[in-house]
Amino acid sequence: MTRERLLNATLMAILLLFPLYAWATDEPFLITLTTRAVILAIAGVGLNIALGFGGLVSFGHALFFGLGGYAMGILAYHAQTYTTLTDWPLTLQGTKSMPVIWIIATLTSALAALAVGALSLRTTGVYFIMITLAFSQMFYYFAISWPTYGGEDGLSIYVRNGFPGLNTMDPIQFFALCYGLLALILLFTARLSRSNFGLMLGAARQNEARVAAIGQRPYRLYLIAFTLSGAITGLAGALFADLNRFVSPVMFSWQTSGEIMVFVILGGVGRVFGPVAGAALFILLEHSLGGLSEYWHIYLGAILLGTVLFARGGLFGLLAGRGQPHD
Amino acid sequence: MSAVLLIEQALNGLQFGVMLFLMAAGLTLIFGVMGLINLAHGSLYMIGAFAAAWVAGLTGSFLLALAASLAAAAVAGVLIELLVIRRLYDRDHLDQVLATFALILILSEGTRWAFGSFPLYLDTPDWLSGTLRLPFGIDYSRYRLAMIGAGLVIAAALFAMISKTRLGIRIRAGENDREMIAALGVNISALYTLVFALGAALAGLAGALIGAIQSVQVGMGEPVLILAFVVIVIGGIGSIKGAFVGALLVGLTDTLGRALLPTFFATFMEPAAANSVGASLASMAIYILMAGVLIFRPRGLFGATA
Repeated sequence: MTRERLLNATLMAILLLFPLYAWATDEPFLITLTTRAVILAIAGVGLNIALGFGGLVSFGHALFFGLGGYAMGILAYHAQTYTTLTDWPLTLQGTKSMPVIWIIATLTSALAALAVGALSLRTTGVYFIMITLAFSQMFYYFAISWPTYGGEDGLSIYVRNGFPGLNTMDPIQFFALCYGLLALILLFTARLSRSNFGLMLGAARQNEARVAAIGQRPYRLYLIAFTLSGAITGLAGALFADLNRFVSPVMFSWQTSGEIMVFVILGGVGRVFGPVAGAALFILLEHSLGGLSEYWHIYLGAILLGTVLFARGGLFGLLAGRGQPHD
Repeated sequence: MSAVLLIEQALNGLQFGVMLFLMAAGLTLIFGVMGLINLAHGSLYMIGAFAAAWVAGLTGSFLLALAASLAAAAVAGVLIELLVIRRLYDRDHLDQVLATFALILILSEGTRWAFGSFPLYLDTPDWLSGTLRLPFGIDYSRYRLAMIGAGLVIAAALFAMISKTRLGIRIRAGENDREMIAALGVNISALYTLVFALGAALAGLAGALIGAIQSVQVGMGEPVLILAFVVIVIGGIGSIKGAFVGALLVGLTDTLGRALLPTFFATFMEPAAANSVGASLASMAIYILMAGVLIFRPRGLFGATA
């Protein structure tokens, strides 16, 4: 077992045992806190596919996070007010069923990522960073000024959506659901990174010209990676909205994009489990430093700055040494 | 909409654009010469505004306040460059984005710790308050006219500096070939610090000038920062001329969009719907403009074609 695998296993075990301990000692707040970390980890794992594997610095992943959130918000809003989503050309009803919401959130985000990616990937470098930012800002301002779904105030959902056979309002059951999804997505990502596609994508990140020379189109590889990445982040958005039972334009804001990026970097760029470590560390810092001082962002900033300047490779780089040989 | 109102809105757009240019000029110079994306530029804008409000509160003099904003932002810029930014020149864009994102967190919370969460106010001086009667019977704020004038003077000075002076030659040479001008005996790290301080001072001045018509508070820098990025991306990163054209384009699009789009939709929609459609489109307009420019010209209007 390599050190990275050992670290992965320890991380997942802590994330599972901590809420179980909190459940046994009747501390629902700590369960919710861990659920938050798990959901944000999913968002980070999504971004990592574009950022880590493909080297695509997207500063606009809040767009997909927010779209997932609003997909959940809008569907649940129509279900709780007994109104139809559209009447023409066909009547669409809202829903309170999680699996349906997840599928719709994932598909919507994937479609948006496909469209945004197809346009943005025409540019490279700083221009790519900025055009992804521009697209997410478009949705941010649209969500603020569109009054139907709450505008700037956001949208509250009174009861968490349902999952067949589970009581999702019970924190530990909702946690189990999110943890299961995270595990599935990590499994998928790990396989993806070792697949033909994953290796090709890594090769394109390192040398586009050579990949083009052996007959692969880097643009196509990047676009697929960006779409997958957006879809996973969108699913995380739907879960996040369900956790809070609230969606607001803040989910689309550029600070959200920045934070998702921070999870990836704190954990370690390009490591499958990196964002999980990053999100957990972020929540831990937020909780412990937030209790310490009202101005905890200063410390967060200092830690982030230290990581970027002196500890490249994040937590995984520090603890597990250099990446796999093919990286 | 009457012609008078339209001209007033166009002047507002011009004023907004000129202020954006002050922000964007520094950003685009820093990117052009050092190849650095500086997200913390908005924090320098905020520092300028706070310094101005603080000095104006102590002395009551608006000109001293402006001088303070220039000095404070420049000093902060030099400190940041020496301590942090210097280590980032050789890094990739991702590291630069994250490190300067961290700087935003530190500077914003630091300012909140020093000045509190309540906004400060900076008053326009007496000799610039009230309105001025322009041709065609338009009454327009003296202060906003002064902002337009000051911005245009600074833009002209900047163009002259870049194209005529020795420093300008070095800056342009630095954009083209860093190693070569270092080999020719130019102290490149001093040049970098100087360019960073210049950009910071311009951002600080913009913060102080805008602070007098809005409130001075933590977080005021980030919306402007994003707009300034839109400006330099539209104009082509590294190009001062691009930044100027981009700034005016963004300023006018945003202001006129907000004024005209709701009226435009009202000609064929119900008033309430027209208002919400118009308002949402207007707030997205500049981002649509930027995406459009990048899709057709992936390196901006005046960007170097590589």
